[in-house]
Amino acid sequence: MPLPASAGVGFKPEHFDQIRATPCLGFLEVHAENYMGAGGLPHHQLGLLRRDHALSIHGVGLSIGGADALNREHLARLKALCDRYQPDSFSEHLAWSSHGGDYLNDLLPLPYTAETLDLVCQHVSQVQEVLGRRLLLENPSTYVLFEQSIIPETEFLAEVVRRTGCGLLLDLNNVFVSATNHRTDTMAYLAAFPTDAVGEIHLGGHAAEDLPSGPLLIDAHGTPVADPVWELFAVVLARTGPVATLIEWDNDVPPWPELLAEAQRAQALLDQASEARLVRAS
Amino acid sequence: MSAHHDLVLAFAAGLIDGNLPSGLTARAPDEASRRFGVYRNNVSVSLVTAMARRFPVIERLVGTEFFAALGQVYLQMHRPKSPVLHEWGDSFPGFLAQFPPLAAYPYMADVARIEVARGRAYHAADSDPIAPQYLIAAAADAGTARLALHPSVQVLRLAHPAVSIWAANQPGAVPGHLAVGPEIAIVLRNIRFEVLVSTLSSADAAMITALQNGKTLLGAAECAAEVKPDHDPQPILIRLMQAGVITMPKEAP
Repeated sequence: MPLPASAGVGFKPEHFDQIRATPCLGFLEVHAENYMGAGGLPHHQLGLLRRDHALSIHGVGLSIGGADALNREHLARLKALCDRYQPDSFSEHLAWSSHGGDYLNDLLPLPYTAETLDLVCQHVSQVQEVLGRRLLLENPSTYVLFEQSIIPETEFLAEVVRRTGCGLLLDLNNVFVSATNHRTDTMAYLAAFPTDAVGEIHLGGHAAEDLPSGPLLIDAHGTPVADPVWELFAVVLARTGPVATLIEWDNDVPPWPELLAEAQRAQALLDQASEARLVRAS
Repeated sequence: MSAHHDLVLAFAAGLIDGNLPSGLTARAPDEASRRFGVYRNNVSVSLVTAMARRFPVIERLVGTEFFAALGQVYLQMHRPKSPVLHEWGDSFPGFLAQFPPLAAYPYMADVARIEVARGRAYHAADSDPIAPQYLIAAAADAGTARLALHPSVQVLRLAHPAVSIWAANQPGAVPGHLAVGPEIAIVLRNIRFEVLVSTLSSADAAMITALQNGKTLLGAAECAAEVKPDHDPQPILIRLMQAGVITMPKEAP
């Protein structure tokens, strides 16, 4: 079962009671690595929530874009987690976070070359094989460029989809952050993005710094979704129709009503997209 | 080695030494270093934040600024090996014990041991408590009955009054007289998933350790009596029972 094409939120333990009382949420998303302990409150809460909600498990530690082989122990723990909760979706990032056995705890960028394309495809296929499920690969937000890169990011992602059969997680905040940082055009990016493969959309907030050449946006997930990102969301929905959409708010987590309001705003746009579909079909 | 391997290696090295890996650029190339700095900052800040989450009392004792610097030193010597960060930091108490700037604060490592144990207790495997009737039946057959304890239960024999220091540094704690001398800590997770820290007498500690080592109830009581001849095992058993950490032994007695 894919995720329902409605709005969901990243689950934060401080919202547990309120979420239990909000059965109409589209889905919940959790970071896989926070649920890799043996037992205790995290599993107790997730087990209860899973009864009433669709679930997306979002990994941040596989290092799919890394140069090393995937960490087999970590992959096995991920499989155990997916087997236990049977999520409706599993997603990871086009990024790397480990090297030489060290875990760096950030989603680090990679150049887009024939070599990295082969490597990423090999890793995505391995993950899908071990988990026995399709993976959604998320487009990154980046702050630097690589002289080595010869493949546009959208083309790189399309080729990973073609070779591995994976789906994509389209993070619109990341699209906006990267395009602003590299002074490129978000509309051109979206026009080239293989939207047929999109199984989930992420919306989140970013922070900004000023550089001599203009703004530098940081993917910080600590604020409401920015207006230009809402605009991109409407553009994409007009093309794709409703898609499962997550409000990502991981730092400076707001009180529940504020997070819920963001999800409701996304849901309203999803509802409009459904209506537009019906009108067009009739 | 492959080009990507070389790049990742240079990138990872640059995160530590600040040198811009070759090939990294930006639309305005002279900004590449500043932009690379965002990754450097993300890595070090996020890892020190993860440390502070696991060692909040150490952070409180040394202050945020000192902790950030301390975290950087620890991080360079003990990189996390797994993306499961709540398992990172087990070597922090030992590191603190050897950290020269903290030599005048020898209790620091013991406080950190309590925080390590708390993290372990929080994530420990689940195990159902036994019914009270079972404990009554076991007491009647103490020579052969065995009791298991929940995987979260940890007994720490500390050279310093670290339980008192830990407790005095909890939010809302009322400052009192500082304890002196060694303390024994028990850390456990109760049935409401609360992780509790308290002190134990050395006889109670001997009893718990004996039960964890698979001794019979009578055998464990004898271990406690070796420490304190008139030890009454009942209060500690009731205390453990109420916390819900007495569980069924794996093999039936």
